[in-house]
Amino acid sequence: MSKDNAGAVQSQSGRSTETLYKVFIYVVLITLAITIIVPVGWVFLASIKQNSEFYTNPWALPLGFYWQNFVEAWTTAKMGSYMLNSVIVTAVALLILLAVALPAAYCLSRFQFRGGKLLNICFMAGLFINVNYIVVPIFLMLNGGDKWLRQAFGSSLLLNNLFVLAVVYASTALPFTIYLLSGYFATLPHDFEEAAYIDGAGYGRTMVSVIFPMAKPSIITIILFNFLSFWNEYIISMTLMSGLNSQKTLPVGLLSLQQASQSAAQYGRLYAGLVLVMLPTLILYMCVQKQLTQGMTVGGLKG
Amino acid sequence: MRSNKGRNRFLALCIAPATILFFVFMIIPTINVFRMALTDAGAFTAGKFIGLANFVTLFNDKRFIIAMQNTILLVVVVTIITFALALVFAGILTREKIKGQNFFRIVFYIPNILSVVVIAGVFSAIYDARQLPDGTPFGLLNTMIRLFHDPVTWLDERHVIVSIIIAMVWQAIGYYMVMYMASMSAVSASLYESAGLDGAGRITQFFQITLPLIWTNIRTTLTFFIISTINMAFLFVKAMTSGGPNGASDVALSFMYGQKDANLYGYSMAAGVVIFIFSFALSALVNKVTKRDVLEV
Repeated sequence: MSKDNAGAVQSQSGRSTETLYKVFIYVVLITLAITIIVPVGWVFLASIKQNSEFYTNPWALPLGFYWQNFVEAWTTAKMGSYMLNSVIVTAVALLILLAVALPAAYCLSRFQFRGGKLLNICFMAGLFINVNYIVVPIFLMLNGGDKWLRQAFGSSLLLNNLFVLAVVYASTALPFTIYLLSGYFATLPHDFEEAAYIDGAGYGRTMVSVIFPMAKPSIITIILFNFLSFWNEYIISMTLMSGLNSQKTLPVGLLSLQQASQSAAQYGRLYAGLVLVMLPTLILYMCVQKQLTQGMTVGGLKG
Repeated sequence: MRSNKGRNRFLALCIAPATILFFVFMIIPTINVFRMALTDAGAFTAGKFIGLANFVTLFNDKRFIIAMQNTILLVVVVTIITFALALVFAGILTREKIKGQNFFRIVFYIPNILSVVVIAGVFSAIYDARQLPDGTPFGLLNTMIRLFHDPVTWLDERHVIVSIIIAMVWQAIGYYMVMYMASMSAVSASLYESAGLDGAGRITQFFQITLPLIWTNIRTTLTFFIISTINMAFLFVKAMTSGGPNGASDVALSFMYGQKDANLYGYSMAAGVVIFIFSFALSALVNKVTKRDVLEV
């Protein structure tokens, strides 16, 4: 065998292990993708099945579109009004969070003042406190406040209040949000403010009309991450909204729907409820998946 | 010149709301965890100081011991599997020319945007162990494995932890994968080229170039992943099994929450103190063990 030939044989075998490796990679990737797509897709198909179809092969396709499941989930299981609650809580919490965190992050990252360093450390330490570690004392604090209010004014308003829930959501999201925004603000050169000051703008105007517009990409990132965490949260909501049935948020409503449908064997309604909870996040994700997966480099600390 | 007073007023106005909310809803509750753990506070008791009595009861409470064991098991196993798989997949997706790379990235991230309650619903269909009257299984997993295995009761005392581990890895893997893809794509391609010329294979390149260069990122995420897993374990257990059967799947936080529901607030907070100390100690330990000299190129 000539030298040339040997080289050709070698590169051929190299190429075939290369192909084998490629095939292996695709098999693994596709398997992982299937384990995600199939269960989620199955829920969508199950949500339009009639109840009798759940007593045969679960992999059978639905016989038709049984929309009644969605009607029942929306009205009988009250998922419609729970969705309204979730929309209110999420929107209010996001508004409070932005209004409070943006100015704070700006000042903490760009101004030197007494106690500033200490505050920065405090907010950093807050990153390590997981909300669910402190959900019981938050509940007891609000419960105690309610007791006092009942004695003093005859009515309570802290627990079972969607607005208070939104405030708690916003407050517990502060450390992560301030950390993320400060990181961005710290990278801006100080020339921007100096130019604005020379043009006669005050501190407030400079912040709102010069700095905030530049932070738009970071602001969008924090809105996306916090929207998902507020919309999907269920432990705090379950704890602080335990009194009134009508005040539930969507995930908590889904949890009770799950328990009710398991015992009453109404599966179609259950899967329709699952679809109702995940559809908004899936639609949002499809629209903004680029920003979401690219905002990740800074989002490494999500709890 | 701008007055110092105006500057100070502006700073106070901007910082005060965030600081107040942060103190009222995070710092004070955290202090309360440690304070109440030393009392017999409950729905019907005044909450007088009882020293470390709660902790003595706690460490003799079999259910708490099981809950802590489950927590440690979940943290260790879920962390190892998630990080190993996420790093390998991220390495493959950034280094190789894969058709549909974007598609895979989008799909792998989906579990992360779903509520844990939704995931629990999906997995209750997967793990469903019931059978039709004629004995054919019903759940998605059991119908798939029936060709070579008898139906498994996935959520019984023997299997429940494994079932929860699978669900947790399923949920977490995409998020970390996408994150490592971002940091791996910042590693310059010329490094791999010269390593390739020196005859270093893919696996050598992965361990000698990719991992050392994103090590700082891995360390930070690992520390936070541990705290997050202690919390996620609670979310999964609460939605999937409520700690059952017989407390077999209880984790530290679900134990704490259960004691609050039983109106034993002081006792519940004693468990909270143990969880706080445990998670900080574990994070510090991991931080220490993974310390390496930072490589910069």
